Amino acid sequence: MRTKPGHPIFWLGFLGALILLPWIGAEPIGIRSVVSHLLGSSSPDGLIFFQLRLPRVIMALLAGGALAMAGAALQVLLRNPLAEPWTLGVAGGASLGAFLARAAPLAWMVLGPLNASQAMALAGAAIAMGVVLSIARRTGGYGTQTLLLAGITVGVVCGGIIMVVGGFVSPDQLAGFHRWLLGGLDAADWRDVGTLAMLAVPGMAILVALAGELNPLGLGEEMAAGLGVDLARVRRWTVIATGLAAAGVAAVAGPIGFVGLLAPHAVRRMVGPNMRRVLPNSFLAGGALLAACDAAGRWAAAPLEIPVGALTAILGGPLFLWLLVRNK
Amino acid sequence: MNPAPQLDLDSIRFQYPEGAWNLHVPHLSLGGDRLCGIVGPNGSGKSSLLRLAAGLAAPDQGQVRLNGRSVLRLSRKPLARQVGYLPQECPALFDYTVAQVVAMGRHAHGGLLEPKAPDDIGAVARALDAVRMEPLRHRRLSQLSGGERRRAWLASALAQEPDLLLLDEPTQALDLHHAASVMAVLSRKAAEGLRVVTVLHDLNLAGLYCTRLVLLKDGRVVADGRPDEILTQERLVEAYGPNLDVVHHPKTLQPIVLPRHEN
Repeated sequence: MRTKPGHPIFWLGFLGALILLPWIGAEPIGIRSVVSHLLGSSSPDGLIFFQLRLPRVIMALLAGGALAMAGAALQVLLRNPLAEPWTLGVAGGASLGAFLARAAPLAWMVLGPLNASQAMALAGAAIAMGVVLSIARRTGGYGTQTLLLAGITVGVVCGGIIMVVGGFVSPDQLAGFHRWLLGGLDAADWRDVGTLAMLAVPGMAILVALAGELNPLGLGEEMAAGLGVDLARVRRWTVIATGLAAAGVAAVAGPIGFVGLLAPHAVRRMVGPNMRRVLPNSFLAGGALLAACDAAGRWAAAPLEIPVGALTAILGGPLFLWLLVRNK
Repeated sequence: MNPAPQLDLDSIRFQYPEGAWNLHVPHLSLGGDRLCGIVGPNGSGKSSLLRLAAGLAAPDQGQVRLNGRSVLRLSRKPLARQVGYLPQECPALFDYTVAQVVAMGRHAHGGLLEPKAPDDIGAVARALDAVRMEPLRHRRLSQLSGGERRRAWLASALAQEPDLLLLDEPTQALDLHHAASVMAVLSRKAAEGLRVVTVLHDLNLAGLYCTRLVLLKDGRVVADGRPDEILTQERLVEAYGPNLDVVHHPKTLQPIVLPRHEN
């Protein structure tokens, strides 16, 4: 018998977001126009629905799901409930890459489906992850403490470089970068969905494959090793998988915070600590959460938009605190 | 149960990066005795020896071999099916139920946290029964006493159903009753065929339950033999210092180690 892949509440949230949220936005959309567009007669409503809203919602579901799965895995691997997808320096590297693309400027650069900012963010994330992995390997066995400290240090160094270089760029470039730092899905199109899927889906697939190995880590590393877990292998592949997922999100949507922290904690309260349940449910919960925050951001101050990263922090923070208090 | 596993430590040298001494074991064979206790003062290298034997640490020199094969060359799961290891501390990240903790013992056999296979379900039930934790299987770790939690960890290691079980101070921080009950479980499983090697601090428990004792001091094996050969005034004073007396139980004649209070 297989473990049930998802809790009904999280399925409801995920599918509800997929079906309902594309209809929410500054411009009201008629269902008949969308259906007729689907049947072949092009309409503005249909274009808005299929070319703007739907890819945006799907990207939110995919990005939120990837961040939540990465957070859930890193919290167990690093044995730290505050770990999130950005803990191992990926956000720092991605931010530095995106910043340099704007500061250089490298707007002419296009790498396959990626624009300059996306390509540089991805390169920055990959370099940061490579540095962290390399340091952890040299100190032996990809130790948890080394991974954590190396990740935080890489993030701090990237932040320092951004501050130094920031003094030499124009206020416009700086403002654009600060907007990117908040994270956003407003420019999402099908190409971005494809880019994110290329990176995040393999990362998530690796995490699902590692779920059984991550479970014993909840009893401590020595106990897990005694039970047959190859710690170095699990650490290496978890870092690679979470790095792929986080780098994909950072490249196309910026370093969106809090989803990777909030969703796994909420999921564990509903389904328990079994990673075979936590990971798929985190995908559903994280995706629904990010899509809901994004929809709220484009509805609350329409026609202006509130960046989704700001909303996940504003809405997610108090919700997380409430969960902590209720647990007590 | 498979034939008795042979775990050989040969020409071992091991030093912590900032350790004051190095562990040096020319030769030590484990697994041939039913219940082997590793004893010695704090810092004598007992836990290091056990971690080397479990393949959790690599010696600077020498080899640890299980039935002739280096433990470091074996994959963790096949090794865990033959050799179990229970550390001193098991810092649980989440508030697992007893049943979940014990089910994790089936990891090396491909078992799930919520086992479905008959082999896994049977092994978990036998392990819970062995430590008398079946009635508490749905309790969470936070609802258990220290002794009950220890028994849950032990059940997890038993559910692994290895041929040889290595335990690092399984009676640590337990009162006399709970410590004796843990040792009684190990003794019973040893009588059923499991080979047990355990680090112990309590010399009286070691003398009562073990069939062999290995005495360490400053990273060296200073004595190895039957409990009545090891628990003598002369040997223990050599390892622990002069402030102890070895007397004998008036009925069983078992050696009893008493600290000596000197004003």
